[in-house]
Formats: sequence, structure tokens, C-alpha cells
Amino acid sequence: MSNKETYAKAWEGGDKPYESSYGKLMMWFFLITDTLTFSAFLAAYGFSRFKFEDVWPIAEEVFTHFPFLHGEHPLLFVALMTFILIMSSVTMVLAVNFGHKMQKNKVILWLSLTIVGGIMFLGSQAWEWGHFIHGDKGGIETKMEYTVHIAEGEKLSSVYKLMDIDKYSDADENPLKYFALEDLTSEMKEGFDVQNIKSLIEKLEAKPEFNIRKANRTYLSNEESINYIKENATKVVVGANLVDNEYGHRLFADYFFFITGFHGFHVFSGVILLIIILINTIKGTYEKRGHYEMVEKVGLYWHFVDLVWVFVFTFFYLV
Amino acid sequence: MSDNQHNGNWWIWKVFWILLGLTTFEVLLGMFKPEFLVNTIFLGTKLLNHVFIILTIIKAAYIVLTFMHLGFEKKSLKWTILLPALVLVPYLLFIILSEGVHAYIVL
Repeated sequence: MSNKETYAKAWEGGDKPYESSYGKLMMWFFLITDTLTFSAFLAAYGFSRFKFEDVWPIAEEVFTHFPFLHGEHPLLFVALMTFILIMSSVTMVLAVNFGHKMQKNKVILWLSLTIVGGIMFLGSQAWEWGHFIHGDKGGIETKMEYTVHIAEGEKLSSVYKLMDIDKYSDADENPLKYFALEDLTSEMKEGFDVQNIKSLIEKLEAKPEFNIRKANRTYLSNEESINYIKENATKVVVGANLVDNEYGHRLFADYFFFITGFHGFHVFSGVILLIIILINTIKGTYEKRGHYEMVEKVGLYWHFVDLVWVFVFTFFYLV
Repeated sequence: MSDNQHNGNWWIWKVFWILLGLTTFEVLLGMFKPEFLVNTIFLGTKLLNHVFIILTIIKAAYIVLTFMHLGFEKKSLKWTILLPALVLVPYLLFIILSEGVHAYIVL
């Protein structure tokens, strides 16, 4: 065959320079674009973190709880989530592997387990979000937009402990006014904010063992704390949303919701895709087609989701 | 595509144990924070963070090259996929993170 002939053949689509099917190639191209999207998110997170280096919340102080366990267990729950996702990646490879061997029943088994893993991960993320939104120790927002925290000496304490509040009590009995109340106008909220700060100062005066830890993690004395609150405090913040954030800089919560939310949405889409191909496998669609390439393609996507989590885990929780 | 990769599942479990081991190691480091790694500052950040990043990249490589099978694809496909990420991502990080440090200094 002359060069000319090969050339013509290649441009008629005869050659397969990648020796990969159309579907897999397109999945890879999608994953490249998605890689760049997630890199941009994490880079933006890095930008803000470097910009507010002194006052950025420490992830270990934010994510400290584990379901049904008391006390502080930093990292443990995220480690479990990581384990679940890695495990589901393994079951996915097994499903793909048995697909190559055309063993339908084993594909069904391992695909089902992958779906279970995906749903467990989504459940864990929902728990984590719930906990993050509900709040842990409470914070005090100041005029410079940074949140300060209550401490006992050099140890982080909580707004609830200072103000003698049972965190889980009803809104009516709660001395922190307006939390858990709905349909309030912004004027009403402001009135309550002033009231909350006032009772906070009273409590600080009555309990000299409590003080303030500033956003840059320096501790004030009780007296300094009272002056600091009088001058700077705007409101007591409980929990986190896109506007207020008890854990520290408000951008931290925004990034948390955005990045883990976007990743969670990927996991959710993955679970839907897995359910669709599971149904097709049970119906025998791929058996008839003669190959299980669709399982392989969804598998690529699923591993990518795991891959992204590996990076989110490091840059959001560890570093 | 090497065929021996498809015989048996032992390699899948091998990669699983490697990933699990690395993650456990990361979590333990994050919990106990060895003083030497926290106090040594290298290239503007703690040595501990460098350890985390290196371990993460190793995990990522295992996932991409074995689970996603990229290590066994044709060289042309492999590099078409890897190069954009390997060039663009460090570039983006370098630009944006140094901008962040600059913003910290000036603002």
C-alpha cells in the first residue's frame, strides 16, 4: 500500500489512530473538560484561601462530628466517605471486568453494589450538609465581615455554652431570638440581632472564664472581649448558608456548598446512569449487542467522580 | 490492551489496597500532625501539605491508569488525554495561586 492510499483511507475514517471506539473517546473528551472545570473551582478556592490566609477557617475545626458518636472526631467522617467512594470504584471495575467476560449475572451483582455505594455516599453528604447548615458552636459576626468565636481561655467553646442554651430546645424558649422562626422581615431580624448581642455581652460580663477568639486565632482576655464585642459585633450567627457562616469567612461556606454540591450532583447523575445500565443489563440489551461497552463508558465517568473526590478530600479537608 | 490484565481480579484488589492504604495514611497524618512535618516550611507551605499533595497525585495516577484503563490504551490516546490536564492545570494553579498571595499582600 502506498502512502497516498493510507492517507486517503485515514481521511475517510478508515484508520483508528486511537484504537478506541467513538463512545469511549467522547466520554474521555467530556472528562477532560470536566477536569478543567473542577480544577478551576479548586483554583478559585485556593485563591480565596491564600487571599484570606490569616482568617480562613480550619477544616478540622469545622467537620468534627460523626453520626451517633459524641465528642470531636475531625476527619473521621470524610475518611469514611472517601472509603465508600473508593469501594464503589472497585465494584465498578469488577462490573466492567465481568462485562468483558460476558458474565451477565456477575455484572448485575457488581453494578448493584456500585449503586448502593453511590447512594451511601450521597446519604453521607446529605448528613454532612445538614450538620454544616445546622451549625455546631455558633459564631459572632463582626463589622469586618469575619466571624469570631467564643472560647474558654485558649480552648474553643460555644455560644450555646456561654448563653446556657440547650442547642436542641424549642424556638420559644431559646434566648437566641429569631433563630428557627420564619417569616421575619429584615427590620425584625435587626432588632433581634441587637438584643442577642446585648445578652451576649451580659453573659460575658457575668462569666469571666469566657472570652473571644478572633478570626486570626488570637485569644482576647475577657475584658478585651467585651470591648471588642461592643465595638465590632453585628450579630450572633448560628449555622451556615450562602450569606452567613458561623465557621469563619463567609466565602468558605460558599465554596463548600458549591464544590461539594457540584461533585455531589455528579455522583447523583452517576447513580442515575448506573441504574439505567443496570436495567439494560437485566433486560439483556448488552448481551444481545454482543458487548458491554456501555458499562465501560459509565465506568469511566464513575471513576472520574471518585478521582475528583480524591482531590476535594485533599484540598478541602486535609491541606 | 494487555490481556493478562483481564485474567482474574487480583490486580483490582491490589489497587484497592494501595488506595485504601494511602488514604488511611493521609487521615492518620491529618489527625496526629507530626511536628516535624508541620514546622518545616518548604516552598511557602508546610511540608505536611506537600506530603498530602504527593500522596493525592499517586492515588489519582492509580485511578486513572488502572481503573480507568488509560495505562493500557494506545500511546496516542493516553497523551491526548493526559497532556491538556498536565499542562493546563499546573499553569492555572500557578497563575491563580500566586495572584492570591499577591492579593493577600496588597489588599
